[in-house]
Amino acid sequence: MRKLNTLSLIEASEALQKKEISSEELTRACLSAIKEKDSTIHAFLTVTDEHALTTARDIDRRRANGERLGPLAGIPFAIKDIFATQGVRTTAASKILEEYVPPYDATVVAKLKEQGIVILGKTNLDEFAHGASTENSAFGPTKNPLDTERVPGGSSGGSAAALAADMCIAALGTDTGGSIRQPAAFCGVVGIKPTYGRVSRYGLLSMTSSTDVVGPMTKTVTDAAVVLEAIAGEDGHDATTTAKPVLNYRSYLEHASVKGLRIGVPREYFISGMQPEIEQRVRAALNAYEKLGATLVDIALPHTQYAIPVYYIVTPSEVSSNLGRYDGIRYGYSECRMQNAECRNLEAVYSLSRAHGFGPEAKRRIMIGTYALSHGYYDAYYLQAAKVRTLIRRDFEEVFKKVDVIMTPTSPNVAFKIGEKTGDPLQLYLEDVLLAAVSLAGLPAISIPCGKGAHNMPVGLQIIGNYFEEEKILSAAYIYEQTTTH
Amino acid sequence: MAKLSLSDVEHIAKLARIHLTDTEQQKLVTELSSILSYIDQLKAVDTTNVPPTAQVTGLTDVLRDDVSQQQSVDVREQLLNATPKRTGDFVETKAVFE
Repeated sequence: MRKLNTLSLIEASEALQKKEISSEELTRACLSAIKEKDSTIHAFLTVTDEHALTTARDIDRRRANGERLGPLAGIPFAIKDIFATQGVRTTAASKILEEYVPPYDATVVAKLKEQGIVILGKTNLDEFAHGASTENSAFGPTKNPLDTERVPGGSSGGSAAALAADMCIAALGTDTGGSIRQPAAFCGVVGIKPTYGRVSRYGLLSMTSSTDVVGPMTKTVTDAAVVLEAIAGEDGHDATTTAKPVLNYRSYLEHASVKGLRIGVPREYFISGMQPEIEQRVRAALNAYEKLGATLVDIALPHTQYAIPVYYIVTPSEVSSNLGRYDGIRYGYSECRMQNAECRNLEAVYSLSRAHGFGPEAKRRIMIGTYALSHGYYDAYYLQAAKVRTLIRRDFEEVFKKVDVIMTPTSPNVAFKIGEKTGDPLQLYLEDVLLAAVSLAGLPAISIPCGKGAHNMPVGLQIIGNYFEEEKILSAAYIYEQTTTH
Repeated sequence: MAKLSLSDVEHIAKLARIHLTDTEQQKLVTELSSILSYIDQLKAVDTTNVPPTAQVTGLTDVLRDDVSQQQSVDVREQLLNATPKRTGDFVETKAVFE
């Protein structure tokens, strides 16, 4: 048998249910992989090895006692370190939360724990999920396991790298403007960003409340379907979740077909400056779909070029408000603990705690957002961005009258070198160029591997669906995965 | 367009309650000006009669019952212990005025 840590979730789950392996063996295999590789990769900020083994043994005992357990019971997960985990340090990769231990679990974490998952630890990210390379972590960058001189993407880079290096079986990520899809593409794994409102964000440290979503990052499409079903649904603690019934996504995959599927191909997503191998791989994937009976439809999403400028007003504005809670008074880093003579009054506690707690990108975003929302600039920046956001959304609504799904490259380039884009913040913002519009519209999208591009690094195919049609993008992704070797 | 001055940056930093070093301020003058110039392309978009989008799922008036949610003593202790400075059951801060 293969090394246990290399199994997919479904393979591991079946082996566990047949009692061919124990969760303890599976967990030990992942923990040894972490021990062996993570001093180089740095995917994890915290490894909860003892707790993981205790949970695994407990699941094994329950199974031995004949208890009926679900498909996730005993599966080792890596959790992005932006989800509150009860009793386990939750840092958001920021110095301001370096020692923060939450007294409660995020809803998605609680749901997965109820299903019996084993938490291996918390994964690295760009500080507060601000970034596209995981280089903005206050605790140092994560490296791409496929080429350690390159970034894993971001902000969920730690989760993507943990999967690609087989240090876990499945992972959780978050996507605000591409933070699940882009690292999935860079590391050659599967990542799905569900429809806004499909999965609860309670206990997710807020970044951009109007676009933040939680989603699975996995080795296969079926794995993503199983995890999505487990975490989706209405939550009284998150008023943006909807009561729409959660589907058994996996059951759709068994009967999946792309015969007659209308695939929209937006011309605006094949931009100049895109690496030629990316376009070749994605066009080849589209041809493969056509051969399987799908129809390609040339479509226009004319406001695509405005997605990044809108995103970089909306996001910093919401960030400046959401990060207002880190004030050195209630939790996290506080200057008033230091023997700093300058820390004379309340305002000094705020401004010095924030000065020493936040990294450069968090500060930059707070500054842009504060400016965009300030008196005299609100109409010109925030309100105008919110209006253009409507136009971006309408583009998609029009197109979905004609097509079932939209397919594009996930990123115009493969994983870049560490340090290559850190000099100019705008360069990194442009990483989201094919991803931000989907987030602003709140649509579901999945990134799946579709071959190798420049430097033999993986290329991602992005499949975008209409609101709450996760089953359609998962089905289309599944068909491709089953008919190719990528 | 959108050229920020050093005093603009100082003012924004004050509003945002972040103490910036001189080097940070200088750097942000350049970086924020360049980001805002890029964003300025939005001004060219005709948004006459276009309503703003703040959310996308169309939910309205999501309310919970107006009853307090009880937490265990244990959680209360954890929250108080998470504060940088605790005095008894109070959170201690510096005075607003010196």
